[in-house]
Amino acid sequence: MFRRLPDASGDTVTLTVDGRAVTARAGDSVAAALLAAGILACRTTPVSGTARAPYCLMGVCFECLVAIDGRQNRQACLVAAAGGMVVETQQGKREVGR
Amino acid sequence: MSAASPLKETCELAVIGAGPAGLAAATLAAELGLATVLFDEQPGPGGQIYRSIAAPPLRERAILGADYWHGASLLAPFRASGADYRPATTVWSVSRGLEIGVSSGGVARLLQAKHVILATGALERPFPIAGWTLPGVMTAGAAQILLKSSGLIAEGKAVLAGTGPLLWLLAAQYLRAGGRIAALLDTTPRANWRDALPHLPGFLASPYFAKGRKLLAEVKRRVPVIRDVTALSAEGDGRLAAVAFRRAGGREERLAAGLLLLHQGVAPNVNLANSIGCAHAWDEAQLCFTPVVDGWGTSSVEGVAIAGDGAGIAGAAAAEHRGRLAALAAAVRLGRIAEVRRAREAAPHQSALKRAERGRAFLDALYRPAKGFRIPQGEVIVCRCEEVTARQISETVALGCSGPNQMKSFLRCGMGPCQGRLCGLTVSELIAEARGLSPADVGYYRLRPPVKPLTLAELAGLPRNPEAVAAVERG
Repeated sequence: MFRRLPDASGDTVTLTVDGRAVTARAGDSVAAALLAAGILACRTTPVSGTARAPYCLMGVCFECLVAIDGRQNRQACLVAAAGGMVVETQQGKREVGR
Repeated sequence: MSAASPLKETCELAVIGAGPAGLAAATLAAELGLATVLFDEQPGPGGQIYRSIAAPPLRERAILGADYWHGASLLAPFRASGADYRPATTVWSVSRGLEIGVSSGGVARLLQAKHVILATGALERPFPIAGWTLPGVMTAGAAQILLKSSGLIAEGKAVLAGTGPLLWLLAAQYLRAGGRIAALLDTTPRANWRDALPHLPGFLASPYFAKGRKLLAEVKRRVPVIRDVTALSAEGDGRLAAVAFRRAGGREERLAAGLLLLHQGVAPNVNLANSIGCAHAWDEAQLCFTPVVDGWGTSSVEGVAIAGDGAGIAGAAAAEHRGRLAALAAAVRLGRIAEVRRAREAAPHQSALKRAERGRAFLDALYRPAKGFRIPQGEVIVCRCEEVTARQISETVALGCSGPNQMKSFLRCGMGPCQGRLCGLTVSELIAEARGLSPADVGYYRLRPPVKPLTLAELAGLPRNPEAVAAVERG
């Protein structure tokens, strides 16, 4: 649903999303990396289990909540994608201790 | 910067937000000799308007346009100023005593300032339509961030909908980058032209006129623009598949779409200022709550100033000048310069600010969003976090719930992680409409720290002195 402009520069970084290898560019937020990889819905809501995707990409909507390197409820749009990062989509609310 | 004790750092001036206002304020303050720290939650400077300006992935400068590249001029002076820059650091609290709670890399710390300049900018107005929570619906600003920070553009056709200069700017940037736009659904109410007319002379005399005319022509040449859109909804099962809309007096039409970009203006990001207790007032022209500040950005709370769009929407150029004025006022309050010198040094910034504000009244009036798109009905979700609908809110008002803070107790609306950033204005206007009052009478959510979530573990990890530990621990 999003494609990279040929003009866009940046080194490649590889992370895993739900166990699957995903390629991103240095400078991408994790949210941008997900969208670039065609992954739209990144969580389901605590209230009704409905799928949600990033909405504002600037840190105010809290839709892009995912687990990054074992810690849940991270705003993917505020975390820079880095090589080796382990990202998991989040089902419902954060579990205590994760 | 000095550490008075290992528990808390101290500084003279804390600036929060590294957009144009924050960068300009921190730069001038540091140049005047104030020990200045600039906090920002993004990894790089520029805020939203100059997003990724320090490391832009796009080489072709024509795509984003000259106004964006102007932001680069703020960087070198800031780096040379000696201000302490703390990126990827979230400010979750500012107390009345100017104790600042920050969090970086999962670790919380406290900092004591003598003066604070809030430069937290703006966010996009909520755009509550049916289906706006579907994956595939985003803000125009989000698309612009993907373009600026990652060089990403929508694959296949995107539908843009709403009103306001940013929508047209994004459309032009997309076209220049080789993107395709299926349609721009313009929700600008036709009647706005009549209200905007008195402000036309100021607009014609401003740079907005020439820029805007060129932009509109560029977009209209290549994108079907559908005007007078009065109804809009996003449809799909689990993700966006189509956009349904209606023109004034027309039948329902439908466009297949994989991406819908919504925008109907921006509003100040008030959460931090509100949580400190700064007074806010309802702005009927811009349809939002705005902090009450004087010409120096001084708020109703001693030692707290607000600069940039966070003090009232006036654009990026104005933000820079307001940042500098706030820095000069800080220098006076902290005894660094005399008022006489402040008056002299402020003059060029005040003139520049006046020039930058020219034409905005026209834009505010022309692009004032229609009531139908600010105050939804029925099953449209108002509070995205807690999934509270317009119907639930209306029914609760009918039960006697009189304001947004009471509404929290009834429905939990406004109590989700976004803390009202995406529902606050809608809720205030919905309640005001239902009660036949102005939003000024109804008020806004009362916000409290932390204004961004942090865990108990982080709080517990704050450094403590032996007395504090002894006061709580037993044995």
